Amino acid sequence: MAALEIDGLDVHYGGVHALRGLSLTVGEGEVVALLGNNGAGKTTTLSAVSGLVRPSAGRVAYEGRDITGAKPSAIVRLGLVHVPEGRRVFSTLSVHDNLLLGGYAVGDQAEVRRRIDRVYALLPRLAERSGQQGGTLSGGEQQMLAIGRALVTGPRLLLLDEPSMGLAPLVVAAVMDVIREINAEGTAVLLVEQNARAALKIAHRGYVIENGTCVLTGTAADLREDTRVAEAYLGGV
Amino acid sequence: MSQLVWNGLFVGSFYALVALGYSMVYGIIKLLNFAHGDLYMLGAFIGFAVLGAAGGVSAGMALPLLLFVLVLTMGVTGLAGVLLERVAYRRLRGAPRLSLLITAVGASFALEYGMRAASGADPRVYPVRLGGTSLEVFGARVTLQQLALVAVAVLLMIGLNLLVTRSREGRAMRAVALDPKAAALMGIDVDAVISRTFFLGSALAGAAGVMAGAHYGKIDFMMGFLIGLKAFTAAVIGGIGNIPGTMLGGLLLGLLESFGTFWLGGEWRDVFAFGVLILFLTVRPTGLLGERVTERV
Ligand SMILES: Nc1ncnc2c1ncn2[C@@H]1O[C@H](COP(=O)(O)OP(=O)(O)OP(=O)(O)O)[C@@H](O)[C@H]1O
Ligand SMILES: [Mg+2]
Repeated sequence: MAALEIDGLDVHYGGVHALRGLSLTVGEGEVVALLGNNGAGKTTTLSAVSGLVRPSAGRVAYEGRDITGAKPSAIVRLGLVHVPEGRRVFSTLSVHDNLLLGGYAVGDQAEVRRRIDRVYALLPRLAERSGQQGGTLSGGEQQMLAIGRALVTGPRLLLLDEPSMGLAPLVVAAVMDVIREINAEGTAVLLVEQNARAALKIAHRGYVIENGTCVLTGTAADLREDTRVAEAYLGGV
Repeated sequence: MSQLVWNGLFVGSFYALVALGYSMVYGIIKLLNFAHGDLYMLGAFIGFAVLGAAGGVSAGMALPLLLFVLVLTMGVTGLAGVLLERVAYRRLRGAPRLSLLITAVGASFALEYGMRAASGADPRVYPVRLGGTSLEVFGARVTLQQLALVAVAVLLMIGLNLLVTRSREGRAMRAVALDPKAAALMGIDVDAVISRTFFLGSALAGAAGVMAGAHYGKIDFMMGFLIGLKAFTAAVIGGIGNIPGTMLGGLLLGLLESFGTFWLGGEWRDVFAFGVLILFLTVRPTGLLGERVTERV
């Protein structure tokens, strides 16, 4: 059974038709890259899956269960967790409080503590700064916090929206390593990226979307070789 | 001198209780809930009704009975606040702020004139007044009832502060105030957190309403109007959206009025409050303790 199946999804924002019959799947344990230009509809796709926007047509199924139009808070509880564009850490709360909020929907407090310890082990920079306000972290640290906070919810499918945005190349590599590690522990990942090169390095498969529909799909190796992808997203290499 | 300080702190603790609800609601949905003062009025009337239903009150039982009525009224007024949000504000959450503000003014009128229709325009005499044994504290005359009321107010404020800063629910409230979307993505039910915030804020206003009824002895359907504006002023002085700041703002406003009226006369009392409001709005709109945070962009 696929972790995520999106079938014929349509989203309208007033008069703007942002998604037009978009379909894609993420298999269990897979990393799937979602590529596309600015305004192609990548963020909209993730928001429609996590319940932040309501699709006007189509179906979203998570682990075989229809979740189309469910509330975000209910979707998180199922283990489908969206790390939004621009990190959106809680700026005036401490790093530790941000992580505790990831455990909001988890009943077992001992389990929350265990997960936070695991996040600190995976992302030692956060442990050093656990008392600092989230908003005062560097961009890369905020990205780590956004991912760490999502990990505390206990995700089986993680939606990541441009985690490399605005980060220096070395930091991008570090973020990608973390994503690879999370995936190695069994979490499936749908990874939205402008940085196609970085994304296709860790992804198993990928989709390219334009104007709200999927125009190209294949294994990461195929997409890396594809001349259209190379011209549009890899700087003509 | 110490009498002035005591009077100021006493009135200020009322302002602070009412201002907290103002501030919490503003913090969480950025709405100036102009109907908040009317929830205080509603609390006073609910307390009045419950006391009436309880029948005659013997003098010795006044304080325990009042505490019981206080708790009951807090619950009912809290639910009234939840209902107000549900009926009037929720569907406007994405709407321009001005629509919300106008709705709040409308809700305020609806509560005031609804109460007038239900209970008449004449003031009601509160069926319980606490006996006035008084003490001398640092030269100030303090009645036991005043002490009891201030103690209740302080306990409520300490409880609220602990709830917001220490508990899981409080952390969720702060998260929703900062970024409702990100909070929803953490599994927080944003609507439920907003309802809880209205409940707490309205319950505190209801408590203040009962306490005011018992202290002043008279209540009427417009009693929430002025105190609503004063509470707004107190919240602005301390930093609207900031809980300790709002408590401080309430106490400072009480002190300011107490000293101001002593030096210039009682007719100046409200001039002080609103002069200070205008001063803060122009010079320091974030208030004394508002948002001290350095945020990276
Ligand atoms: N809230 C909104 N209201 C109106 N239009 C919107 C809204 N959000 C997105 N859109 C429009 O929908 C389209 C898709 O936007 P989306 O944010 O999904 O693109 P994206 O692929 O994530 O782009 P980027 O790479 O710049 O983040 C765009 O044309 C955008 O202008
Ligand atoms: Mg986007």
